Amino acid sequence: MDETRQTRGGEFLIESFIRVIGVSSIGFVGLIFLFLLREGIPFFFEVEPGNLLGTRWYPTFDLFGMLPLLLGSVLVTVIAMGIALPLGVATAIFVREVAPNWAREILKPLIEVLAGIPSVVLGFFGMTLIAPLVRETLGVPTGLTAFTGALILAYMALPTIISVAEDALDAVPKSYRDAGLAMGATQWQTIWRVVVPAARSGIVTAMMLGMGRAIGETMAVMMVTGNAARMPLALDSLFQPVRTMTATVAAEMGEVAQGSTHYRALFAIGIILFLLTFVINLAAASTIFKKRRRGGLR
Amino acid sequence: MAKIEITDLNFYYGDMQALHHIAMSVPDRQITALIGPSGCGKSTFLRCLNRMNDTIPGTRVEGSVLLDGQNIYAPGTNVVDLRRRVGMVFQRPNPFPQSVFDNVAFGPRVLGLTRERDLHELVEESLHRAALWDEVKDDLHQDAQQLSLGQQQRLCIARTIAVEPEVILMDEPCSALDPIATLEIEELMKKLEKEYCILIVTHNMQQAARVSDWTGFFWLGKLVEFDATQTVFTRPSHKLTEDYITGRAG
Repeated sequence: MDETRQTRGGEFLIESFIRVIGVSSIGFVGLIFLFLLREGIPFFFEVEPGNLLGTRWYPTFDLFGMLPLLLGSVLVTVIAMGIALPLGVATAIFVREVAPNWAREILKPLIEVLAGIPSVVLGFFGMTLIAPLVRETLGVPTGLTAFTGALILAYMALPTIISVAEDALDAVPKSYRDAGLAMGATQWQTIWRVVVPAARSGIVTAMMLGMGRAIGETMAVMMVTGNAARMPLALDSLFQPVRTMTATVAAEMGEVAQGSTHYRALFAIGIILFLLTFVINLAAASTIFKKRRRGGLR
Repeated sequence: MAKIEITDLNFYYGDMQALHHIAMSVPDRQITALIGPSGCGKSTFLRCLNRMNDTIPGTRVEGSVLLDGQNIYAPGTNVVDLRRRVGMVFQRPNPFPQSVFDNVAFGPRVLGLTRERDLHELVEESLHRAALWDEVKDDLHQDAQQLSLGQQQRLCIARTIAVEPEVILMDEPCSALDPIATLEIEELMKKLEKEYCILIVTHNMQQAARVSDWTGFFWLGKLVEFDATQTVFTRPSHKLTEDYITGRAG
């Protein structure tokens, strides 16, 4: 009797401990979000909408046009995904479906290691190797361009895309592959018509997660995109410098007077970034959720 | 002449020999049942006939399997073509997570048939022959995995016959099904027997006795007895066969 009570007491303690930890970590995230809102929201009332939606970002002259930054982020991210997605899915297919077992054992951990390279190292790599290469091969005045940033971002998003897509392919039951092969489909036909469609929702998730990683990346992008806050609307703007939202916050936060409009503007950028990544992650989560629900029926 | 002529077939998983000197003549347009306890090699044997064992690393085959006089293990054999001629239905129904239509159209599409009208005709005909048409004709674009297990298995049969194979291998096709669905598959097999050479692996003695014309009894990787079903079930020539059939061994 005594012993049971003791165990119950211990159980209660552990349970409450875990609950406190869980609730507080959610709480901290909430507090960060609140802080972001408190510092950033007033900005939207301080500056008139015309200025906010303008095309010029010159905080020293009270010009806070965010469009060039937003478009800069979108441009770099979209191009990066355009490069990373086909490469990542193709690599995942190779690793899971084509490579022999021993190669898979080597490649999988190697790809996961790639995800751990600090972004400043990649930025360094981009600055000293990729940028000159871009400048020389394309004959543009500077190698620090949106395209260079997209290349580095693509490289950074690749490990995420590959490992999540690979997991999705791995989750496709062997019986589908057997059925495809037994129907007289070639290995490639089986992969392309059976396995990849069956893993579709996981591949979409991989894309979303890679995109979330790309849009939030700061350091590498700041080092290689040239950081000129101009509207990337011309046809050749891909090969000219741009500035992303993340790079703006990182570059200017250190020099800004606390409480000034400029300071609030940077927090407002933070809010926009937060919302963007939130929407992307939500989309990713909903595809995962859909898959689970369907899985539950089987 | 036999449709499939197996001579001195040995099969190895790594160092483990799973089949020993199998010899068998499988007649066309009849049903041949393979019975025996779990792990006796009958499924392995079945998968030798369309070279599905090739997909398992570390396996090795000796001996010959002649399909219409051609050795399917001869170098240069087109395995993809072989598997189109020798279709397979698996133990657990495994329709693709696609629509009913796309499942049946899979094989023809892979073979290069793209005209929508031809595909429609072929899908309808295959579903008719698999006795599933009446149950799915109202919604060919429903998710195949929402069908009942019995319907799924008939869908898999429809998918297999859509590429017009000559031989159909069935690996315990009813073991995941309820008695009514099992009966439906058996009736379907009797119907298909008129056009195809069918081999079925089964754990169900009554099923073998009901549907098959020939029965092979496997024991520890050896083919103990192979004869007309009638003979095997009434006057087996081996003591082991008799013990197994009557439930005293296995």
